Amino acid sequence: MTRHTLSVLVEDKPGVLARVAGLFSRRGFNIESLAVGRTEYPDISRMTIVVSVDELPLEQVTKQLNKLINVIKIVELEPAASVQRQLVLIKVRADATVRSQVLETVQLFRAKVVDVSPEAVTIEATGTSEKLDALLRMLEPYGLREIVQSGMVAIGRGARSITATAVR
Amino acid sequence: MTGAQSLVRSLEAVGCEVVFGIPGGTILPAYDPLLDSTKVRHILVRHEQGAGHAATGYAQATGKVGVCMATSGPGATNLVTPIADANMDSVPIVAITGQQSRPLIGTDAFQEADICGITMPITKHNVLVTDPADIPRAIAEAFHIAATGRPGPVLVDIPKDVLQEQTSFSWPPEMRLPGYRPTTRPHGKQVREAAKLIVNARKPVLYVGGGVIKADANAELLRLAEDTGIPVVTTLMARGAFPDSHDQHLGMPGMHGTVAAVAAMQKSDLLIALGARFDDRVTGQLGSFAPDAQIIHADIDPAEISKNRRADVPIVGDCKEIITELIDAVRTERETAKAVDLSPWWTTLKSLRETFPLGYDWPEDGTLSPQYVIERIGALSPADTIYTAGVGQHQMWAAQFVKYEHPRTWINSGGLGTMGFAVPAAMGIKAGVPGTTVWAIDGDGCFQMTNQELATCAIEGLPVKIAVINNGNLGMVRQWQTLFYGERYSNTDLGTHKHRIPDFKLLAEALGCAGLRAESREEVDEVIGKALEINDRPVVVDFVVGKDAQVWPMVAAGTGNSEIMAARGIRPLFDEDL
Repeated sequence: MTRHTLSVLVEDKPGVLARVAGLFSRRGFNIESLAVGRTEYPDISRMTIVVSVDELPLEQVTKQLNKLINVIKIVELEPAASVQRQLVLIKVRADATVRSQVLETVQLFRAKVVDVSPEAVTIEATGTSEKLDALLRMLEPYGLREIVQSGMVAIGRGARSITATAVR
Repeated sequence: MTGAQSLVRSLEAVGCEVVFGIPGGTILPAYDPLLDSTKVRHILVRHEQGAGHAATGYAQATGKVGVCMATSGPGATNLVTPIADANMDSVPIVAITGQQSRPLIGTDAFQEADICGITMPITKHNVLVTDPADIPRAIAEAFHIAATGRPGPVLVDIPKDVLQEQTSFSWPPEMRLPGYRPTTRPHGKQVREAAKLIVNARKPVLYVGGGVIKADANAELLRLAEDTGIPVVTTLMARGAFPDSHDQHLGMPGMHGTVAAVAAMQKSDLLIALGARFDDRVTGQLGSFAPDAQIIHADIDPAEISKNRRADVPIVGDCKEIITELIDAVRTERETAKAVDLSPWWTTLKSLRETFPLGYDWPEDGTLSPQYVIERIGALSPADTIYTAGVGQHQMWAAQFVKYEHPRTWINSGGLGTMGFAVPAAMGIKAGVPGTTVWAIDGDGCFQMTNQELATCAIEGLPVKIAVINNGNLGMVRQWQTLFYGERYSNTDLGTHKHRIPDFKLLAEALGCAGLRAESREEVDEVIGKALEINDRPVVVDFVVGKDAQVWPMVAAGTGNSEIMAARGIRPLFDEDL
């Protein structure tokens, strides 16, 4: 199974997320990551869905998604031809004895400290899921108190816009 | 005007002639203006499930959109089964449900059910209308979505206060469906590819599904078949799409298909699937289905293509347009390609057809043969009679032993397999085509699920004819218990024989119908004749038949189609290599 990133343009209507999520579970697919947000058009939302699935079932789920009346367009974004980012907030134990080491790791990953307390720091990092996994592995020995992660968002490289062609 | 008046005006404007439904608390506002409508007839059913199946029967018989209406909560949830049924069989119906008023939604109010959430997986689309100004657009879109592309059920849920609020009405509303653009025109290159395969195939089969009837493409199909000389099989949903009397017709494929139809597909080198979906009841074990066949798959729903079996040539589009273009493309291709002689293929198939025709034995215990009853109903009824059925043995026999010559004369529950479909479906069919004889071939199990709609039929002037093939048992389940559960008959004897409870003749009379009964071979023709003569009220005929009759041929569940049994223990394709 390989990981695929789908950009799904949907009408901004109540229940659309339930329709999409329901379709995945009904057809036996597991969503790895999901992000929903606005677009440059007020009545269109964009979902970025990451699924691990073989090529043929992916085609099937894409076709089924396309059948949902509120789904306007689906584009698969190849990692090489797109920018993909996730955001993670990490609360890591960092008392005086290890704080400088933690901060060094933060710098190495070009992450940011967004909150500090005597025992812990909260780190904000963005990147691909691989980069964030690596960061988490580096921080793990200090003690991860809490992590929260956003869904992946992705956009194609170059000047083309998938929304512009969808609303034409 | 009120939202309710806007709703009724919208239904009139969209061409809705008949609504099957039951009023209740939240839908009440809609029923008030409905009383004054001269264009929309409301048929008051006895159970919402009946309303849904009636809408399906109406839609399948007329090709128009069927409409059912119910109140919120239990009214709406009672529609779930017929909606799921229509969804599986791609039937265009619109269900209109009342909903609790907007401020009460989400508070577990009286008769509140999230019917949009509940029916999300079983509708083509559904919508909760939150503004009365949206009612005309919601209705126009619902009818449009239900009837176009791959047809299917659409549910429109309208809160009571939206129906009561003042609004304005204008028609036609502007539809806003940016994500809905069904493909109807086939791709020319794909059609040419298909034509190439067709002219070069040595063992082609036209695998015809219900989509051909939905697309009204039976005339085109006949031309394509006769132009090419290719054998035709019609699935359970496509019975009537191609005349049974035609020499190129091999019958129905699948679990209870003819040996010739099943064998043709197994041995084929090219399956031309038209509006069919490679359902498991047709393919048997998928891995061993039609192992040597290339696949041309034409369907209006792209998601059906390569879902179960990979297509070599996919064609997305409306079957009528696809077949029309295929006819031309095949003719063009013929001009250059050397014609393949199909006569060896036909020799094989004809020999199978002659060796293993559809047939049945009379029960050894001297009881009436159910197959004989159904065969005689088909033989004695007018040529344009429409048949419907419940689900089970009687349904399979009705598909096998009634001869269908025209599309929309066989209407049944294929995909969902909904017991109790027949009586309400017959009601809907009769409402749609009142001048035509309508027979519901039902089982005694099915009949006891929905027979209350006969009261509706009697009162509303819908004289349908019901043949209860009464074997006293849940016959198909019993057949499986005989074959696969060591003749241990757990909970399949309904006692209808033993105790004559209910007495279907008396039940019929209680429901305002004529009640007849036949228990021997001699009585069958006479009773059918009597039933055909009664047209001032519904008729129920209790055909008391033997319980041991079985549906053959059969491909046992989970086995490959090559293991088809013509009769118990006889596997014509398994051992010999034809």
